[in-house]
Amino acid sequence: MISAGIVTVSYITATVLFILALGGLSSQETARRGNWYGIVGMTIALLATIFGVVTEHYELLLGALVIGGSIGIILARRVQMTQMPELVAILHSLVGLAAVAVGFASFMDPTKHLVGIDLTIHDIETYLGILIGAVTFSGSVIAFGKLSGRIGGSPLTLPGRHWFNLALLLGAIWFGYQFVVQSAAGGGLDPLIIMTVIALLFGIHMVMAIGGADMPVVVSMLNSYSGWAAAATGFMLNNDLLIVTGALVGSSGAILSYIMCRAMNRKFLAVIAGGFGTGGGKAAASGSDEDQGEVIPIEAHDTAALLAGAKEVMIIPGYGMAVAQAQHTVFEITRVLREKKINVRFGIHPVAGRMPGHMNVLLAEARVPYDIVFEMDEVNDDFPDVDVSVVIGANDIVNPSAQTDPDSPIAGMPVLECWKGKTTIVLKRSMATGYAGVQNPLFFKENTRMLFGDAKETLDEVLKTL
Amino acid sequence: MRIGVPNEIHAGERRVATTPDVASQLIKLGFSVAVEANAGASASYSDSAYEAAGCEVLASAGDVWSQSDLILKVRAPEGDEEGLLRSDQVLICFLAPGQNTELLATLTNSGGTALSMDSVPRISRAQKMDALSSMANIAGYRAIVEAAQHFGRFFTGQITAAGKIPPAKVLVIGAGVAGLSAIGAAKSMGAIVRSFDTRPEVKEQVESMDAEFLMLEFDDEDGTGEGGYAKLMSDEFIAAEMALFAEQAKEVDIIITTALIPGRPAPRLILPEHVGLMKDGSVIVDLAAETGGNCELTEPGEVVVKDGVTIIGYTDLPSRLAAQSSQLYATNLRHLLTDMTPEKDGNLVIDFEDEVVRGATVCKDGETTYPPPAPKLSAAPPKAAEPEPMPVVEAKKPSIAGPIIMVVVAALALLGLGAVAPKEFMAHFTVFVLACFVGYMVIWNVSPALHTPLMSVTNAISSIIVIGALLQISSADTVIMWIAAATVLITSINIAGGFAVTRRMLEMFRK
Repeated sequence: MISAGIVTVSYITATVLFILALGGLSSQETARRGNWYGIVGMTIALLATIFGVVTEHYELLLGALVIGGSIGIILARRVQMTQMPELVAILHSLVGLAAVAVGFASFMDPTKHLVGIDLTIHDIETYLGILIGAVTFSGSVIAFGKLSGRIGGSPLTLPGRHWFNLALLLGAIWFGYQFVVQSAAGGGLDPLIIMTVIALLFGIHMVMAIGGADMPVVVSMLNSYSGWAAAATGFMLNNDLLIVTGALVGSSGAILSYIMCRAMNRKFLAVIAGGFGTGGGKAAASGSDEDQGEVIPIEAHDTAALLAGAKEVMIIPGYGMAVAQAQHTVFEITRVLREKKINVRFGIHPVAGRMPGHMNVLLAEARVPYDIVFEMDEVNDDFPDVDVSVVIGANDIVNPSAQTDPDSPIAGMPVLECWKGKTTIVLKRSMATGYAGVQNPLFFKENTRMLFGDAKETLDEVLKTL
Repeated sequence: MRIGVPNEIHAGERRVATTPDVASQLIKLGFSVAVEANAGASASYSDSAYEAAGCEVLASAGDVWSQSDLILKVRAPEGDEEGLLRSDQVLICFLAPGQNTELLATLTNSGGTALSMDSVPRISRAQKMDALSSMANIAGYRAIVEAAQHFGRFFTGQITAAGKIPPAKVLVIGAGVAGLSAIGAAKSMGAIVRSFDTRPEVKEQVESMDAEFLMLEFDDEDGTGEGGYAKLMSDEFIAAEMALFAEQAKEVDIIITTALIPGRPAPRLILPEHVGLMKDGSVIVDLAAETGGNCELTEPGEVVVKDGVTIIGYTDLPSRLAAQSSQLYATNLRHLLTDMTPEKDGNLVIDFEDEVVRGATVCKDGETTYPPPAPKLSAAPPKAAEPEPMPVVEAKKPSIAGPIIMVVVAALALLGLGAVAPKEFMAHFTVFVLACFVGYMVIWNVSPALHTPLMSVTNAISSIIVIGALLQISSADTVIMWIAAATVLITSINIAGGFAVTRRMLEMFRK
């Protein structure tokens, strides 16, 4: 048994280490060290709690830790990099579930004796912790289903869904009041359970209403929620370590959501309100009916010739590359081109893929060196010097109508200006529109060539010709 | 349908209307192709190559004309060919219907259909059929090659042990397709290139090719005419232009002139006195020789030396690169035919609803259909769009009232909280707010490339919620104990999984 003071010092150390872990992620060089800071911080916090606070049931504790830890490590080993968004989503759901469980356990704890304002505040904290936890849990499970294709990606738009959400919110507030009143009288379990159900419903409904292209926002938002759930639990348990860590994670997720929304030029509330790609799609359809001109198809061997003759090549990957598992072929092509002294770079749009930074991870997995992978803002001015841009399975992020058509649903969204280069090759399965449901004038530009077919197969062919 | 390709009979014409490559693609469209013997010989395409591509080789032009439904040619029919078109036949070639009115009447009277490749409207969709541009491109390139042959010096500058070689200075007048092609060719040979054009909007194109654009300071005069061509200019402008050319003539070694105004004789730009100003050994290549020449001293079809300056007036520059120009011309034809056989069954559909077909068709069913109604779109942007109002989608300025209300509400809420909450809660709250700020500061520094690892690592550390379960696991209440144990289990999945997968991802990032 170690003293309470030592436990507190350990918690402070853990807090600092967690901050350093997040700070380490500012560059690739320091990122691995950052991850170790996180691991050490977590270990210190666990050890201090186990030896400083836990008094009984060590065997149960150890068993749970070992079993859970093994499952986690196996999951982490087995997961494909293309499945990262699903993994992150399901891990978020676990944090949410844990927050709900801790909240209920704390409420049922018979040893707590609080009265007056202390009790009210404690009840509100418990109530909030469970609420956020439940929303995180059910929302993450639905996000996992959508990302792994178990649930359709298109947004579910119930009639009057905003009223439904409002009703759920008012219900949650009403039962919160009931809970505080009944808890003071010794009861309160019923409203707590009803509220949990409401929160679960709300989480399901919220994520169901959000379309596939908005998934990066949803994933980072759930990331944020899992943090706030931890912080609320920290308030409930009077534990600063939980509060600080929860606040760190919560603000991290909130900033990511903000970055993602800005990258799509959409308001956070509009994303949460959902239904993207249906309401906007109709307005866009009128624009796309006009004769946009003609697309010029290209064959794989001509693509190879174009690439081999270029000096500056920009590759713009999108979700389609992940779907087709084409990243390894992309890397092989990159390698061949770089051997020919051709400057190959990658331009990554912040919302490419289904999770912030998704493309970077896929390219890293395919062993693409990170110093040729650039952010949109770093390369957007260089396009006039680019000989060939290759767009792999991306659509909305290279749509010029975001800049030219104020009526477009994606108007004002920053896009990669590949059409300013000499030639753009677009790899696509068909002429279907992207998630925003907007026709893309890029495909009809004179300097654009369309390479139709599965990205992996056509790229394999290009590689063979090279 | 059967396509027939006769030999070109115009003196010195080396091109052919289809090549073996293109013929095989035409066959894929459902046509059969017959070629006159030796049709491609002067463009280096042998009869056997045509046979290998699936064409039939016929002995005489008469056979080709009599056995085919569709005749593809380069030059307009001349001499005996003029009367050969049958009423059920289609002819596609360069006809220049504006100039060759007699030929047009003969073709109309035959009752057959004729399409002129030089009448294909200059709209974006028809660029792949724009044979004039294909030929102009070749002519521009060849003009530089011809100039290089007659110019007794290097194009590129060098410093050698035997002394310094100055780079050649090339002036290209008229920056259309031919002019730009000449600029590109001269530039790639190392010359210093300047270009002049009456249309200010080509400045950007010239500069994009790394050449210098010479401009006259005339604010209100823009030489852009219809269809992307130049138009006639005022006298004052021409005087200024002449002065500019006189100044340039003293300096440059090579002048390439490409100035054309549709339906008119070529403008006279280089006068005898300009030629007199040029250094001996200089070269002028006049791409407008066929319509009278931009240089007064040009003799169409000839190379002459005047005042020590070689003036090249060849009118057959594309034909001098016969293999390449045949290939491009044949491809332009193929694109047109592809559009005209929508079913790919070898049946030509002459659809007057199609703007391109309508524009190209000069006669059909005994009626002259030239000139066509004005095209809807021009290759050059309409004048109104010139100062390009950058369509910036302006973000609406958020009204200031919103944030103020937010701040006031937040301040009131905090005051209310501070008034009733116990001290201990406020201490935690302070920690919470500070942690949010620390998080805000730290996260903005995270490289966007590492956002996925950021999410997985924050996911791992948010499992710190396990502390809550650890506090409860020692409870005497079995229900609480088991709930706590389950919580420890799931959060430890998260801790181990989150850190391990982050590590795995970070290992992959390499230089």
